[in-house]
Parts: sequence; structure tokens; C-alpha cells
Amino acid sequence: MTQQPVLQGRGLVKKFGKVTALQGCDFELYPGEVLAVIGDNGAGKSVMIKTLSGALQPDHGEVLLDGKPVHFNTPLEAQYAGIATVYQTLAMSPALSIADNMFMGRELRKPGWRGKYLRQLDKPAMEKFSREKLTELGLMTIQNIKQAVETLSGGQRQGIAVARAAAFGSKVIILDEPTAALGVKESRRVLELIKDVRARGIPIVLISHNMPHVFEVADRIHIHRLGRRLCVVKPGEHTMSDAVAMMTGAMEPPGETQAA
Amino acid sequence: MSDTGTANQNSSNQSYEDVLKDAATTVAEFEEDESFSRKLQNWLHSTPSAVPMFVLLAAILVFGLILGSKFFSPFAMTLILQQVMIVGITASAQTLVILTAGIDLSVGAIMVFSSVIMGQFTFRYGIPAEISVAIGLGAGALMGFINGVLVAYVKLPPFIVTLGTWQIFLAANFLYSANETIRAQEIEEQAPTLQLFGESFRIGGAVFTYGAVAMIVIVVLLAYVLSNTAWGRHVYAVGDDQEAAELSGVKVKNTLIQVYTLSGLICAFAGWALIGRIGSVSPTSGQNANIEAITAVVIGGVSLFGGRGSILGALAGGLIVGVFSLGLRMIGTDPQWTYLLIGALIIFAVTVDQWIRKGTA
Ligand SMILES: Nc1ncnc2c1ncn2[C@@H]1O[C@H](COP(=O)(O)OP(=O)(O)OP(=O)(O)O)[C@@H](O)[C@H]1O
Ligand SMILES: [Mg+2]
Repeated sequence: MTQQPVLQGRGLVKKFGKVTALQGCDFELYPGEVLAVIGDNGAGKSVMIKTLSGALQPDHGEVLLDGKPVHFNTPLEAQYAGIATVYQTLAMSPALSIADNMFMGRELRKPGWRGKYLRQLDKPAMEKFSREKLTELGLMTIQNIKQAVETLSGGQRQGIAVARAAAFGSKVIILDEPTAALGVKESRRVLELIKDVRARGIPIVLISHNMPHVFEVADRIHIHRLGRRLCVVKPGEHTMSDAVAMMTGAMEPPGETQAA
Repeated sequence: MSDTGTANQNSSNQSYEDVLKDAATTVAEFEEDESFSRKLQNWLHSTPSAVPMFVLLAAILVFGLILGSKFFSPFAMTLILQQVMIVGITASAQTLVILTAGIDLSVGAIMVFSSVIMGQFTFRYGIPAEISVAIGLGAGALMGFINGVLVAYVKLPPFIVTLGTWQIFLAANFLYSANETIRAQEIEEQAPTLQLFGESFRIGGAVFTYGAVAMIVIVVLLAYVLSNTAWGRHVYAVGDDQEAAELSGVKVKNTLIQVYTLSGLICAFAGWALIGRIGSVSPTSGQNANIEAITAVVIGGVSLFGGRGSILGALAGGLIVGVFSLGLRMIGTDPQWTYLLIGALIIFAVTVDQWIRKGTA
């Protein structure tokens, strides 16, 4: 591929004391694609995307956005750059409402003087928008948008996190196991949403342990092993068992696809 | 989509999903068959000041029935406001900090030190009282800022930080003032601005001090800010789950520093009101302010774990203490009964908090 990656990591290293989470990890996300990231538990997938989204700062290596080096000191800086992330832990404030959580850090203010001088939040607008986004995702079992997030089921919370990222990611959307707690119907909606977002031209990073999902939506699959990228394969060229075998070290990675 | 290699896998995988096209598409509606206690829990969860408000009204009613018009009069009611003024203001500051899952043990020390600075700058250096007040307010904000930096950047536990700064500010207060009191009469003659919040106006039998009005204004302002601005939502989010707040794009460190600084500023303001309340400037005044503020906040239903509660609840908490103190004094009981009842109320409030949290977690 000769295109320039939208989001790229080069030689990323991240250590937590004696634990090495990333050792010289590379990563490329190309325009308009769905890139799946698979790997064993503890392989370093979440740490990798956290270094790309400003939640962690790599010890070495660099992150490039549209080919230019960037240094996100906080997740907020990455969000300003258009990168929206669903973290594995979901990053929700349990005691606050769904609408509060959807707009956390990017709240809407009332138009006119009430917003300008009194800094008053436009709660009706935020609630309406949240309701629309949840409906798009098929989260119909949520009755009250003013409900505290802690009163929701794990899957409903995950749905809200996905809706939030899909609504605000303008350049890149990163989903760390977005369907792990979702039901059949809700998972299907998230997969449809991923395809919709790709159709809008926004590239997506999807971390998942669910091979059928990965093989259904991914354009390329980044196989992560022991803190670095082992190889990148295409779903059409390898089977699920190949991917699992490579990911677990039971099979050597194909030499030629690594360059893809 | 992928091509031939995985098509089989997909189709077999998807067959069980085919029925989804018939799935319901409307927002779920349920018959309301939840138990009463469950509904109560949910309601209390969304209205955190309800319990203290109810206790406050009940207390006023009970004392009113026992004591009659002596207690149930505009004069007695506004007297309570005057008596809880300092507690109400410091409890507002304390609420902000506790909402972020912190605690500020230095509120009393900041208040006294700021009032001493206002007094000493006026009398020792001959600076106009208005400017001295501004300097005192600035000093309070600075003390809060120091707490904030230690909590947000040095990442020390708020309890430890403010346990330390409490001693430091209080000692600095005694060293700086040389234990010297500025007498009420002198202040009245030379710098009445310092006593501004002790002045009052009457409406019928009701006596309102400016201090009591200021307390209500502060509470209303903060209540608005906490529930209607983005900053207010961030304060709750930081107290609720700090890491989640950071990941969702809240500037956690800035918010913490702002909260502690604002708390310091409000405490300095309480220091100004304190001069109006007691008339003089004394480095030994307001000794119980800390514990009284925390008591008001806890009785007011603000969770010490952060992220839950409201400023109106904290005001109600302060008023409950005021109603009990005055009511029991009028009945003529031993003042220890007040402490005994307040102690019981604290335990009751925390029990209710636990119950509300358990019901929805
Ligand atoms: N904040 C942290 N402090 C210390 N060690 C950490 C931290 N975060 C991750 N690690 C370590 O880094 C390694 C990689 O963790 P990571 O969360 O990236 O795994 P993962 O590939 O996302 O796994 P999973 O599939 O289970 O989500 C693990 O050994 C983990 O213990
Ligand atoms: Mg992970």
C-alpha cells in the first residue's frame, strides 16, 4: 500500500516497572479501512491503543497522525484531533446520567446569553441527541435518558460508550472490545455501525476476541503478540484458525503479508 | 466485506441472527410493578437533598409543636439562619471538595487566617479595609491553590494534604497575628467594612444579617454551577471515577485545582463573615468550623466517597444542626443532648447513603 496511514505508531515501547507491555510495536491504520487487532490476553493491545489515543505516553517511539508526529498528553488532545476511543473499561461516570456521559468533556451550551454568560448547559438538546444516537444503535431497552449509568446493564453501558465514540469520532474511531458484553442483536448493530462508519470514510480500529466478527468486518487484521505486531493478514487470504494459530504462536507468520 | 475464504463461516455464523429483522424496534416500556422501596431508592438517588430537607422540615415541625410560637416565629427562624451562616458557607466549600472524593480539613484554618489577614492588614499596616479584604480573599484562594496542587500534581491523598496544611495555616495564623485580637469597638470605629456581614435589616419580625443573605446567595450560585454548567458536571465526574473522567476528556488536574482554590476563596469569604458575626478579629475564633462543616455536609447527604450529593443538601444539613441547637436550648436541656442527637443523625445519614448506593450499583 502506498497510501499514507491516517494513524501510525513506530517503535512504540511502554513499560510499567518490570512489566513490558509494548516492545517496539508498529501500527498503521489506512484511510477508510477497518483494521482489526487480535491477540492473546495481556498481549498489549489495550496499551497500544492507549498510547495512540493519548491515555498513555509511550516511553519510546512515535505516533503520527496524517504522517505528522503528534504528542497527545491527554485523551482530550487526541479527541480534539478527531480520535474517539471506546476503552475496554468504558470510561463512564456511574452516578451521572446517560446524556451527561455522552457529552462529558464536550458539553453543549444554550444558545444566546444564557450559554455565553451563564454558561448554561443545553440539557434538552443533549438529551435529544443522546436518544437519537442510542436509537440508531438499537438500544431500545433504555427507557430514560436521564437515568444514571450505574442503573444500566453492562451491555447497555457498552452500547452507550460505542454510541459516544461513533457520534464524536471525526477522523479515527478506536473500539477496544466493543461487543464483549453485548447481546446478539446489539452486537449485530455495532457491526452494522462499523460498516456505516466505514462507508462514511472514517477508518476504524477494532480490537476483538470474536473471530467471526473480526473476519466479517475487517479489511486487514493486525496480529499482536508479546507486545509487538507479529504480522498483518487479510481475511480473504487466511482462515480463522490460521489467525488464531499465529496469535498464539502455534504458526509462523507469513513473511510476505507483513509488508502489506 | 471479506470474500470467499470466509463466506461459509459467516453464513453459518449469521443464521441465528436472521430472526433479528423481526425484533422489536420501539423504546421499551414496562408495567410499573417495582416495589415501593426500590422506587424510593431510585427517587432518593436522583434527588440527593430530599432526605435532609425532609429531616429539616420534620425537626422544625416537632420543635414548633413543642415550643409553639416562641420557636415558630420569624425571629427564631432568622436567628437560626444567622447562627448557621459560618457553617453554611464553609460547608459549601467542603461540599465542593467532598464531591471530588476529597476532603478539606483546612477550611477552618483558612477561614481564621484569612480573617486575621484582613484585620491585621487594616490595623497593622493602615491599608484601607476594602483592599485588606481583597488581600484576605486572595490569601484564602492561594491556600486552597496550595492544597489543590498537592492533591492534583503531587498526588497525595487529600486527607493527608489538608491534615498537614491545617496545622501549617493555623500555626502561621498564630505566628503572624502574635496571638493578638483586634477588638470589636476599634473595628466598628475605624473599619466598619470588616463587620459588613454582621449588619442586618428587618422585614417584620424577621432579622436578616447580610451574612445570612450572602450564605444563601453562595449556596444558590454553587447549586446552579454544579448542576447547570459543564464545570459542575466535571466536578461530579472527577469524584465519581477519576480515571474514567480523564479518559472521557475531563481535565482532571485543572478541575481539582480549581475546586480547592474555590474552596479556599469561599473559606476566606467565611472569614470575612466571621468578623461580622463575632465583631472582633481573633486568631482563636472558629475552632470548631472544620468539624461543623463536615457534619453539615454528611447530614446533608453528600457522599464522602465523592460524586454524589448536592449543595442544597449541605445547607439543609447545616440548618438541621441549627434547628436542633436552638430548639433544645429553648427547651432548656443540657447542650450535650444536641451533640448526642447530631451524632445519631450523622450515622443515620451515612446509613441512608449506603442504602441508596447499594440499591443502584
Ligand atoms: N496501568 C498498568 N500498570 C501496570 N501494568 C499494566 C498496566 N496496563 C497494562 N499493564 C500490563 O501490560 C500488559 C498488556 O496489557 P493490555 O491491557 O494491553 O493487554 P490486552 O492485550 O489488552 O489484553 P486483553 O485481551 O485481556 O484486554 C499486561 O501484562 C498488563 O499487566
Ligand atoms: Mg485489552
